[in-house]
Amino acid sequence: MAATYCLDRVMAALAGLVLLSFGSLAISKIEDQAEQLFRSGHTNNWAVLVCTSRFWFNYRHVANTLSVYRSVKRLGIPDSHIVLMLADDMACNPRNPKPATVFSHKNMELNVYGDDVEVDYRSYEVTVENFLRVLTGRIPSSTPRSKRLLSDDRSNILIYMTGHGGNGFLKFQDSEEITNIELADAFEQMWQKRRYNELLFIIDTCQGASMYERFYSPNIMALASSQVGEDSLSHQPDPAIGVHLMDRYTFYVLEFLEEINPASQNNMNDLFQVCPKSLCVSTPGHRTDLFQRDPKNVLITDFFGSVRKVEITTETISLQLDSEIMEDRY
Amino acid sequence: MGLLSDPVRRRALARLVLRLNAPLCVLSYGAGIAWFLALAFPPLTQRTYMSENAMGSTMVEEQFAGGDRARNFARDFAAHRRKSGALPVAWLERAMQSVGLEVYTQTFSRKLPFPDETHERYMVSGTNVYGILRAPRAASTESLVLTVPCGSDSTNSQAVGLLLALAAHFRGQIYWAKDIIFLVTEHDLLGTEAWLEAYHDVNVTGMQSAPLRGRAGAIQAAVALELSSDVVTSLDVAVEGLNGQLPNLDLLNLFQTFCQKGGLLCTLQGKLQPQDWASLDGPLQGLQTLLLMVLRQASGCPHGPHGLFLRYRVEALTLRGINSFRQYKYDLVAVGKALEGMFRKLNHLLERLHQSFFLYLLTALSHFVSIGLYMPAAGFLLLVLGLKALELWMQLHEAGVGPEEAGGTPGHVPPLPPAQGVGLASLVAPLLISQAVGLALYILPVLSQHVAAQHFPVAEAEAVVLTLLAIYAAGLALPHNTHRVVNTQAPDRGWMALKLVALIYLALQLGCVALINFSLGFLLAATMVPAAALAEPRGPRPVYAVLLVLTSPAATLLGSLFLWRELQEAPLSLSEGWQLFLAALSQGVLDHYAYGALLFPMVALGFYPCWLLFWNVLFWK
Repeated sequence: MAATYCLDRVMAALAGLVLLSFGSLAISKIEDQAEQLFRSGHTNNWAVLVCTSRFWFNYRHVANTLSVYRSVKRLGIPDSHIVLMLADDMACNPRNPKPATVFSHKNMELNVYGDDVEVDYRSYEVTVENFLRVLTGRIPSSTPRSKRLLSDDRSNILIYMTGHGGNGFLKFQDSEEITNIELADAFEQMWQKRRYNELLFIIDTCQGASMYERFYSPNIMALASSQVGEDSLSHQPDPAIGVHLMDRYTFYVLEFLEEINPASQNNMNDLFQVCPKSLCVSTPGHRTDLFQRDPKNVLITDFFGSVRKVEITTETISLQLDSEIMEDRY
Repeated sequence: MGLLSDPVRRRALARLVLRLNAPLCVLSYGAGIAWFLALAFPPLTQRTYMSENAMGSTMVEEQFAGGDRARNFARDFAAHRRKSGALPVAWLERAMQSVGLEVYTQTFSRKLPFPDETHERYMVSGTNVYGILRAPRAASTESLVLTVPCGSDSTNSQAVGLLLALAAHFRGQIYWAKDIIFLVTEHDLLGTEAWLEAYHDVNVTGMQSAPLRGRAGAIQAAVALELSSDVVTSLDVAVEGLNGQLPNLDLLNLFQTFCQKGGLLCTLQGKLQPQDWASLDGPLQGLQTLLLMVLRQASGCPHGPHGLFLRYRVEALTLRGINSFRQYKYDLVAVGKALEGMFRKLNHLLERLHQSFFLYLLTALSHFVSIGLYMPAAGFLLLVLGLKALELWMQLHEAGVGPEEAGGTPGHVPPLPPAQGVGLASLVAPLLISQAVGLALYILPVLSQHVAAQHFPVAEAEAVVLTLLAIYAAGLALPHNTHRVVNTQAPDRGWMALKLVALIYLALQLGCVALINFSLGFLLAATMVPAAALAEPRGPRPVYAVLLVLTSPAATLLGSLFLWRELQEAPLSLSEGWQLFLAALSQGVLDHYAYGALLFPMVALGFYPCWLLFWNVLFWK
């Protein structure tokens, strides 16, 4: 009698175990699926693209910024989620032999100005103060919505800056500078206010690596076009227009981005390989120590595109009419 | 006690200075001359480089192809000019309008102080014609000028043709951010001066110029063009302007880079670029170019229309097409492309040219010497004057202290105060008389030309020059006469005090002139300083007299004319040189009245009286 009771118990336990294991397998499969759905942890994308130079001979900085803008829009980030800061004095400059255009390739192959460029901060509005206010969100209430960075703690933000820089500073429009310490503090404010999930910072200036040296907030990855002590060089001299059209680093980044589509699985390691010293003459650098994920798991589209995950469910759910509830409603 | 207030040590210092003075002076003078000659050699002369970021490199596509059109315009212009004898104003207006410019004219007139023999003009009246190409999408706040001077002796018709063809080409482009003014002036530089005065609304030279009806904003840069034929073998560039002013070096760098890009042969002072700066050939050729530039800058003439633009701080160059016997010739298209490239790059400017040097010396088109490196040469020369003055001061005071030490003769009043009193009185007279002669030299020649022409069988221009020379030579006879007027009571120290004052006066003048026009200051210093330092009544008087005469300003002018032609490999014979000297004198006086050149007044009112003081010192009794 006791033996059968024990056997029953053991059988029950075994059955329970098998059920549990199947259940856990099923749950872990759902968890895996759920984890895949929210793999990167972000739900929306923003981009802040800043060109800090003005004047005709800095044509290439505007072309740089507009090329990145174009790629970012093509990969899905809408204008409402892009804050574009440009001096915008190139397309309508009296010196432009092709008015209303900004070209990024010589022989005028690619007009990055186009019909649908929305510049949020133009001309003299591109100042250090406005830039920092955009990042930290300390904006007067009268600012229109298109000029705000309305990011939350699930936003991945791409920040791209280009212009003239030096060791530890970036020149804004020939009249002021932003230092790397100010920038690092601004990012820390963003982190404290939970204004980003992950941040990708790309800078194309001379001695660009000095700008990311001082970052100390988590979840920031940074790329620069040259190391401290090196100059970033220009590319694409165009005799018809009379100026250089692009900088080398951004030119090769643009070439790389043209291959990316919303379904690409390229990761950040590929971006780090763009523009080696043989093509760029300067040595591009990057910084990933503050970033929690491994760069090889980070997709390009996590920052450059706005990819919506779509999950197609195959199970059907049947709904049953409940007459009591129906009567209550009436 | 301090070094200078302790009488014992002061006497020791004084004795040291007095003993070492002569060697120090010789050393300093030698150092100055040697430094100047060393300016042509590589560490002191550097390669030029483009300083203005906005102009960048020569990365523009020149599309000018209007060579035939230019030649047609030139032919028509020459024909109309021959027919009318003066500038064909109506034809020019029609031509500029057909090309699409806004055309305006301006009349001017001027009565020169005496007839100009070289250009054969006296009462000048003419008309300037200019067309404005408005920038299509910019406000007319700034402008560039392309000017062609037309005189009676050089018709410059090819340049007018090229100007019109370029205007037609420029009119078809939409990338101009500044207005471009195409200016054709009559009577060469007189027309340019009239136009500039009316444009900037000033009147500095007494020219009667009608006000301008059309204006285009502040002029940022100007290029003047002179072509004598429709093919050129080389382009010569002139930079020295009125009173030795120079354009910003970036404009010359711009021209030089476009010469290199277009493969044009470009010369400076008529000399080709030396290729080899490592060995001795390059620097020696550079030294020749440097000396030519110094001589031209010292003369203070505007060597082209650009020289008159510089007064208004408009950077300007004059380009001259030379047609020599070389094999390879460039046609108008090549020159036009270089000009198009230059204007396109000047169009990129946001501010006036200010990044590069304003004061420099050129040893070649691609090499320059900056002011910081050439000033010490003048400094060393002026140091000689300072040392001599110090020596005289010490001697004057030691002579005052000496008798006290020796236990002076009884009843002998300490000589210093009354000696000073006598010294001052005996100084004022020579000073006043010298300045009066200088004033006479400045005023009399032009004022009395008619009187002289009546009494002597000479033309007015010759009368002016001969009066000039006569007054100059009359100054030499002065010392024999002033001593009748003035009582000298302390003969020995009187001349010392006068020489001290004269040395300080000369040093001040040379210093000021060297700052404004280094070439003139250096040239006069190099010649006058040794004679001034050596002039004393004791010692070999005839030798010193000859030295002083040979280094007087007029003789310096004569010598530099010979040197200039020697360097240009066209040496002069004595009679040719004398004729050229007389012509240079009359041209100098005319330039002063016509353009405001300062060489004539500076020499007449400043250096000549100073030189006369030394002459007085030499013949002190």
